[in-house]
Amino acid sequence: MPTESPALFAARTPIFPRRVSGTFRRLKWAVLIVTLGIYYITPWLRWDRGPNLPDQAVLIDLANRRFYFLWIEIWPHEFYFVAGLLIMAGLGLFLFTSALGRVWCGYTCPQTVWTDLFLTVERWIEGDRNARIRLHDAGWSLRKWRLRLTKWTTWLLISVATGGAWVFYFADAPTLAQNLVTLNAAPVAYATIAILTATTFVFGGFMREQVCIYMCPWPRIQAAMMDPGTLTVGYRDWRGEPRGKGGVKQRHIAAESVGGGAVTAQYGSAVDKDTAAPRLSRNDEILGDCIDCNACVAVCPMGIDIRDGQQMECITCALCIDACDTVMAKIGRPRGLIDYLALDDQPPVRPGQSADVAAFAANPAGQVTGAQRPDWTPKPIWRHIFRPRTIFYTTAWAAIGVGLVVALFIRPQIDMTVAPVRNPTFVTLSDGTIRNTYDVRLRNKHGETRAFDLSVTSDSALSLTLEGDSDTVVDVPADSTWFQRVYVSAPPQAPAAARERSDMRIWVEDVVSGERAYDDTIFNGRESADVRTGNAG
Amino acid sequence: MHDDKRIDPETGTETTGHSWDGIEELNTPLPRWWLWTFYATIVWGVGYTILFPAWPMVSGATTGLLGYSTRAEVAADIARVEQSNAALTDSLTTIDLDALERNEELHRFAVQAGRSVFAANCSQCHGAGAAGVAISGYPNLLDDDWLWGGTLEDIAYTVRHGIRNEEDWDSRYSEMPAFDWMETGELAATADFVRSLSGLDHDAQAAARGADLFADNCSACHGESGLGDREVGAPNLADAIWLRGGTQEDIIQQMIAPRHGVMPPWGQRLGEAEVRAVSAYVHGLGGGENPVADPMSDPESENAADVPDASFPAGATQTPTETGEPPVQPAD
Repeated sequence: MPTESPALFAARTPIFPRRVSGTFRRLKWAVLIVTLGIYYITPWLRWDRGPNLPDQAVLIDLANRRFYFLWIEIWPHEFYFVAGLLIMAGLGLFLFTSALGRVWCGYTCPQTVWTDLFLTVERWIEGDRNARIRLHDAGWSLRKWRLRLTKWTTWLLISVATGGAWVFYFADAPTLAQNLVTLNAAPVAYATIAILTATTFVFGGFMREQVCIYMCPWPRIQAAMMDPGTLTVGYRDWRGEPRGKGGVKQRHIAAESVGGGAVTAQYGSAVDKDTAAPRLSRNDEILGDCIDCNACVAVCPMGIDIRDGQQMECITCALCIDACDTVMAKIGRPRGLIDYLALDDQPPVRPGQSADVAAFAANPAGQVTGAQRPDWTPKPIWRHIFRPRTIFYTTAWAAIGVGLVVALFIRPQIDMTVAPVRNPTFVTLSDGTIRNTYDVRLRNKHGETRAFDLSVTSDSALSLTLEGDSDTVVDVPADSTWFQRVYVSAPPQAPAAARERSDMRIWVEDVVSGERAYDDTIFNGRESADVRTGNAG
Repeated sequence: MHDDKRIDPETGTETTGHSWDGIEELNTPLPRWWLWTFYATIVWGVGYTILFPAWPMVSGATTGLLGYSTRAEVAADIARVEQSNAALTDSLTTIDLDALERNEELHRFAVQAGRSVFAANCSQCHGAGAAGVAISGYPNLLDDDWLWGGTLEDIAYTVRHGIRNEEDWDSRYSEMPAFDWMETGELAATADFVRSLSGLDHDAQAAARGADLFADNCSACHGESGLGDREVGAPNLADAIWLRGGTQEDIIQQMIAPRHGVMPPWGQRLGEAEVRAVSAYVHGLGGGENPVADPMSDPESENAADVPDASFPAGATQTPTETGEPPVQPAD
């Protein structure tokens, strides 16, 4: 037994991802440019809403409690739109995760995108993997200081731009930019920029993969949302193993002694491109396609070996696919040793593992699909994407989306809420008139003042008056809510005055456009005849 | 120590050396910065308790080197708000109340401030909704019936000096004498007549007898038609509103042993600005009256009760000033 506990804390092992090119790298560049472009440009888009409203296309106006998105304006009482969008985002995550695994992590997560950007800067200044490792190991020379300071300064500029762009979503961008430069902006703007600059700088420059591994809950949650039919980045071990370098000499010996054709037919993959002979190790083992070149490990921004199987650290950025495909092309083997694959598409047994080898031998296809076992065929990609589960998510997602759009278009142009005052339910006036009071909120979403005429309809004779106003017309200023106390009275002899409750409808009409809206409410009369004599006054 | 290192064969991970019934704990080291972050939080915590109020002592807590206090912050906030409202408060104190409603900004300020003043000082008796408490004789402030007048000036005077209290010589004062010397039949007859004034069910013959009794004993204050008199705080008996109840029994009870409500004076305690603010709030609750500018109908006319604004003599709108004579001499 050990006499001393091993270290429970470890220093971070630095990762120096190598440059890689290929299909997925190009896709990631495109995603990076589009996402960063959206982030930086959006606040600067203009949208004309008239003289009294902001002309910023996307604006979260916290001070005035408004959210502007193009032609849509959301008020606090319509927060369900935001809730609906959040639910759609959640369902969208379910959909993409069940179909494509952690595709969010690998391509669009801000941590991934900014780390990618910072890595690009690092590679541009300090060189590729080997140069960076050398620089890391070297002492602090003038050159190292120069390179490091250049890199950090560039990172810092990107970070400031990142934090700086964020605040533009919350205020008029050109005005705020001017105020920021002239030191006239609100302290909270500077504080927000400072915090986001610091987090961007630290997370993108130094924390990197540790944010995903130690700080982020998504790796755990997303892993739980995947199933064996989910497409994810993986290593076809049945094709690659046993891995090994295999020498030329052995290759020739193998070709002569074993007889290429039979072995090729048996294992399908492990053949030399020139001799069509299987690659052999020094011990004359027949080798798989993996030449153990470590290209997949060298390019990995998470510092893992995908050949170890599915692991929590893998963000499925797919750069190892590009790296391996490049190598496979060089050694003349088909691409896809590391690939997007579903775990339930992999052969249940591997060459050399059991009697099933014979089954593989029965099919001399020599292809790498691994489809040599008669009772096993891989499903096409689309069947991994269109599954009952993903179709359900898509349907739910689309249903909420359609619901939100419909709700958006049937939003009333006149918005009124009527709240009866219940303390007290009614008041008796000197002449016996029964009066009810209502708190009415009128919302004018237009950019100009509107005059609203209020009226009441009921099966009884009711009349409506406004507090502090001689007529029934209210001028509601542009883009604001007007609170108006409204009195509804029933003469002593009216049925509504005696009934405990009567239905009534308060109408609001735009005096200019004639648009109307109503809200149904209740008129409370005397509960019984005797109440009249017991009323305070 | 390398010799002691045990590697779990299944996972290839080093073990911590802890073993429970043969089950060994794998060692997956946390990053070291995590540990430093933990130490940093401890340092932060220690520093925080030194700089800010933290440790509970026998009475109160340590104050901290920075001298920070949430109470001071609140006090500063209040001072700041009062500072920014100073101009409004000043003009509220000095403005002619008749002109207050025409000054929209000041009026809104007064009503909002008055809402708070009312909730803190008035709602205990008059209720949070200002509907009064009928059974205890606290008047409803929402209706259009006012014992002492319902213009802004009238309400402000009532708030300032109160009603029937002993602290303020300018308080509104009235007292209804007890009619306990009346015969039972006379009481009932008078009550029947009083009920007839507002059209309630009554014994017509008794009411006819009661009319004479009323004229002799009641009309001096309540007026010949029972319309009341705000000069002396005599309630209108011809309307639908009964502070002490309108049944035959209630009316007789009030005649035998009259009950009189008391309201404390608020002028000193609230200050003029808050008195005016709460008056503006109460005035805006639905029953406030405006100083009568329109042609007065004859206060004695039969339909006067249907026009609440006009149901009292014009003289009642002459608001007494604070320093002037009390509006009503004590009736005792």
